[in-house]
Amino acid sequence: MGSYVPTTAAEREQMLAQVGVKSLNDLYAAVPQEMFLHNGLNLPEGLSELEVREKVTDLAEKNKVFKTVLRGAGSYRHFIPAVVKSVTSREELVTCYTPYQAEISQGVLQGTFEFQTMICELTGMDVANASHYDGATAAAETIPMCKERKRNVAYVSETTNPQVIEVMKTYCFASNTELHVVPAKDGKTDAEALKAALGENAACFYVQQPNFFGQIEDTVALGEITHAAGAKFVMGVNPIACALLPTPREVGADVAVGDGQPLGLDTAFGGPYLGFMATTSAMTRKLPGRIVGETKDVDGKTGYVLTLSAREQHIRREKASSNICSNQALCAFTAGVYMSAMGEDGMKQCARLCTSKAHYLASELEKIGCKLKYTGEFFHEFVTETACPNCRKKILDALAEKNILGGAEVDGGILWCVTELVSKEKLDEVVAIVKEVQG
Amino acid sequence: MNYPTDLKYSKTHEWVKEEDGLTVVGISDFAQDSLGDIVFIGLPSVGDTVTMGEALGDVESVKAVSDIICPVTGVVEEVNEDLADAPESLNSDPYGSWIIKVKEVSATEELLDAAAYEAFCATEEA
Amino acid sequence: MKLIFEQGAEGHCLHLLPACDVPEYTLPNERTTPIRLPHVSENELTRHYTALCKRIHGVNDGFYPLGSCTMKYNPKIDEDMAALPGFTQLHPLQPVQTAQGALEALHTLGSELGEVFGMDAVTFQPAAGAHGEFTGVLLIKAYHTDCGDTARTKIIVPDSAHGTNPATAAMCGYQVVNIKSNDKGGVDLDALRAAVGPDTAGLMLTNPNTVGIFDPNILEITKIVHDAGGLCYYDGANLNAVMGVVRPGDMGFDCIHSNLHKTFATPHGGGGPGAGAVGCKEFLRKYMPGPLVVEKDGAYGFDYPEKSIGRVKMFYGNFDVCIKALTYVLTLGKEGIPEAAKNAVLNANYMMARLKSKFDMAYDEICMHEFVMNLTRLHKETGVSALDMAKGMLDFDLHPPTMYFPLIVHEALMVEPCETEAKQLMDEVCDIYCKLYDMAYTDPEALHTAPHNTPVRRLDEVGAARNMILRYNFGA
Repeated sequence: MGSYVPTTAAEREQMLAQVGVKSLNDLYAAVPQEMFLHNGLNLPEGLSELEVREKVTDLAEKNKVFKTVLRGAGSYRHFIPAVVKSVTSREELVTCYTPYQAEISQGVLQGTFEFQTMICELTGMDVANASHYDGATAAAETIPMCKERKRNVAYVSETTNPQVIEVMKTYCFASNTELHVVPAKDGKTDAEALKAALGENAACFYVQQPNFFGQIEDTVALGEITHAAGAKFVMGVNPIACALLPTPREVGADVAVGDGQPLGLDTAFGGPYLGFMATTSAMTRKLPGRIVGETKDVDGKTGYVLTLSAREQHIRREKASSNICSNQALCAFTAGVYMSAMGEDGMKQCARLCTSKAHYLASELEKIGCKLKYTGEFFHEFVTETACPNCRKKILDALAEKNILGGAEVDGGILWCVTELVSKEKLDEVVAIVKEVQG
Repeated sequence: MNYPTDLKYSKTHEWVKEEDGLTVVGISDFAQDSLGDIVFIGLPSVGDTVTMGEALGDVESVKAVSDIICPVTGVVEEVNEDLADAPESLNSDPYGSWIIKVKEVSATEELLDAAAYEAFCATEEA
Repeated sequence: MKLIFEQGAEGHCLHLLPACDVPEYTLPNERTTPIRLPHVSENELTRHYTALCKRIHGVNDGFYPLGSCTMKYNPKIDEDMAALPGFTQLHPLQPVQTAQGALEALHTLGSELGEVFGMDAVTFQPAAGAHGEFTGVLLIKAYHTDCGDTARTKIIVPDSAHGTNPATAAMCGYQVVNIKSNDKGGVDLDALRAAVGPDTAGLMLTNPNTVGIFDPNILEITKIVHDAGGLCYYDGANLNAVMGVVRPGDMGFDCIHSNLHKTFATPHGGGGPGAGAVGCKEFLRKYMPGPLVVEKDGAYGFDYPEKSIGRVKMFYGNFDVCIKALTYVLTLGKEGIPEAAKNAVLNANYMMARLKSKFDMAYDEICMHEFVMNLTRLHKETGVSALDMAKGMLDFDLHPPTMYFPLIVHEALMVEPCETEAKQLMDEVCDIYCKLYDMAYTDPEALHTAPHNTPVRRLDEVGAARNMILRYNFGA
C-alpha cells in the first residue's frame, strides 16, 4: 500500500497519549457505531508508486493520440511554447491555495492582474475577472449579470456550440429563467428572427463569434438589434480569433466571455480549461467571481489583493449572484504566460496561420467536389456538406487510419478545424484521402 | 458616538427626519462605525416603492455587507447619487449623508428618540 | 516588482511559429485596435515568472494548516501521470473507441469514489466544489419537479455553513432557511424540526461540520428531513476526516459533492483547477448531468440519463485533475484511505491538545480533522486579533490557519494540519504559536504591525475597493 503519512507507530503512541485516547478509532467516538465501517471499504489494496505508474500508464496507452487533429468544436489543439509548461509546472504555483494571505501570495495575485489586463486587451473591454470554470459556464453566468427586475428573459443564438446552450439551459432551469434559442439561417444567426424575438422583457442576447459552424457573425448588426430592444449584447469569443477580428467592445458588446483553452492549454479530453469574462466599467460589480486589484501596502509599496469581495458568496451568502468561490487560477496563469510568449505579433501570426490554412483546406476540398455547407466568411472552422452518415464515417475512418482525427460530425456535414499545427503537406494528404474515399 | 437629538432612529440603525414634506433616511453613526470603511452603496432608483422593514439598498465594507432597512413605506422621490462615487462620506459624515428622500409615506415603523436609541446601542454593544 | 508589461522592450520576442506555407488569407473586416501584450525575450519572460513564483507560498514551502481547505501534500506521481500525452493530447470529441483508457480511468475513479461516498453513481462534470453543490442541489430540484412536488421551495442550511451553501441554494431558485447551531456547533434538532415541512426541498450539511465536530445526531438529522419529504445533500468539504471510516451514504445523505482538490490530494493551483465529483443514490441517477461513463462487456461508452438536469460544463469536467485523483486513490487503496483520514484526525487532535494550555478552543472536545481556536479573550486582554496573529505567523514562514471562519465563532483561527505533516513539524509550529501568544502580551505592537519580512506588508484593501485599479493602464 502506498501512503503519504509520515507518522511512525512510536510517534502515534506519543500523540495518542497527549490527546488522552488509546487508539485511533477512539477518536471517532461520536460516530454512531452502526455506520462505522468495521470491515473497511470494498476496494482493492493500495499500490506502490512503481505499480501505480504501470497501471495508469497502461490506461494512457489504451488511448489513441492522433498526430494530426482537424477537429475543434470547442476544444483546439494549438502550438504550446516550451516556456509555458516550464513556468506553470513550478510547484509553488501548482500547490498554493487561493491568495487570501496577500502578503505571501503576490505572485499569484500579480499574475492574475496581468491576466485580467491581457483579457481586456484582447477583447477591448474595460475589466475582466480572474477567470471562470470554462467558456460554457462563463456564458451561463452572464445571464444573471444582465437580468433586471423587468428584464428577465435570456436569448441565445442557435449557432452557438450546442454544449454551451445546454449549460445555459441547466443554469436557467436552476434560476427559473426563460431561455429562448434564436434560429439560424444559412449557418448564421437570423437577424430578422432576433429582431422579432426580443421583447420588452429581454435581458440579453448571446452570440458566439466565430460561431459553432466557424462562420463569422455580423455582430455589429446583431448588437444594434439587441440594444434597440434595450437588452445587453453578450459575445462568446474564441481568443485566437480575437487577434484578427474586431474586438467585442468595438462591435458593441456589453459582456465578452470565452473559453481560454486555446491560450496554451492542452485539449486534455475536455479539461481543465478556463473561462474568461470581461465587461464594461459600468458593469464591473456585476461580474461574478474573483477580481484582483492593485493597491499599496503600509510602506507605500505597490501590491495586489482580491477585491470587491463583498459581492461574493462568503460574505453575501444567499444574496450573492453566484456561488462561485474559486477560479481556474493556474489555467489563467498559463494563459498569461502564453500571451506573454506570443506577444501581439505572435497572436496575430497564429490567427493568420489558422485562417489561412483553414481557407486552403476548404478551397482544396472544394476543388475535389466537396461543397461548403455555408457560404459566409469563416475563421478556422468550416462545414463541408456530406449528407449521408455512412459517407461521413468512411471519410473519418480513412483519415483515422492515417493517424488524422478528421472534423467533427454535425448535422448534414463535417465541421473541420485547422490550426497552425497542420502543415500544407499534411493538408494535401488529407485532401488526397478524402478524394480517394469519394472515388 | 454621536446621536443628534433632532433625528429619530430605527433599531436597525437608520436615522429618519422630516424635511419639506419628505421623509429623509440615512444610516447612523453607530451603523457606520460597526461596518467599518464603507466602499460601496447599492441605491434604489427614483420612483421605486420602498417598504417598511424591507431593504432599500445595501452598504458594503471590505469584509461585510449590510442591508439598509427602510423605516417607512412610500415612493422614492430623491436619491443621493453622490454617495455612489463617494460612499466614504457615510463614514465621515453619517448624518450629513442622507440616502433617500421618500414621498407618499403610508406607514412608518416605531422609531426611537436620540436618548432611547443611545441606550439601545449600548445594549447592542454589550 | 514590475509588471510583465513593463519588462523587455519593443522588438523583444520569442521565435515560435514558422512562415505561412499556404497563401495568406486576409479577412474582409479585420481588427485595427492594437493588442498591447508584452514585448519580452524568452529570458526576460522566464525571469519574470520565476520572480512571481518566488512570491508564492505553496504546500512545498511549509506548513499550510488552512482549515476547511485540506492542504495536504500533493504527490508528484499524480502530476507525472496526469502529464502523460495519452491523456493530455486527447481531443474530447474523438471517437470513444479511441479513448477507452480515458473512459476506463473515469469509470474506475467513479466506482472507487462511489464506494467511499456510499453512493451509486458519480459524475466528474462539475469543475469545483461550489459547482458540485450546484449540481447536487439541482438533482434535488429535478427530483421534486419530476414528482410534481412543486411546493418544495426551501433549502435548510445551518448558520455554521460555508457561504457557498446558501449561495448555491439561492442560485437554484430556492429560499434559504438558516437554522441555528447548538452549543456544540452541531445542528439544533429542535430548530431543524421546527424548520422542516411540506415546503422543505432539502438540507445542505457538512459532517464533520465547519467547526470540526462530527455531529453524533446525524442519523436523526437526515431522518427528520426525509420524514418531511426533503432530501439531504452532503457537502464533502470535510470528507478527509472520515473517508474509509464512515460513509455519507450511510449517514442518510442522498447526494454529495467531494472536492478532489482537498480530499484526494490534487493541487489547488492558486484557486483552481479543482474538480467537484458529485455522487448520488440510485433513485437520483436519472437526473445526473450527462454523459455518464458506463461499461458493458469490457467496453466503455457514454450514457445520457433520461431525465438529466443537463450539462453543467463542457465535455466531462476537469478530466486531467481526475487522473491525479485516480492515481492517488489507487495508491492508497482500501487500507490507505482510512489510514489517511485517521491520521488527519490524530494530527488535529494532537495540535489541539498541545495548544490548549494557552489558546481557548471554540469547542473543547475531540475534534475531527480540524479545530477552531477562539481568540476573543486574547483580543480583549491584549488588543491582538486573530488577524494580527495570522500576520505574525507569516514572519515565521508559516501559512496561517483560516481566519474568521466559521462566522459563528468570533476571532476564529481554524487549524487543519492534514495527515501528511510529521509530528516534529507540528511540535515546532505549536512552539511558534505559543511564542506568538506570549508576544501578544509582551509586545502586541510587533503583531499589530506584522508581517515585517514578507515581499509586501499589510495591503490597503479599503483603498483597493474604493479606488478600483483592476488592470494595468499602460501609463495612461
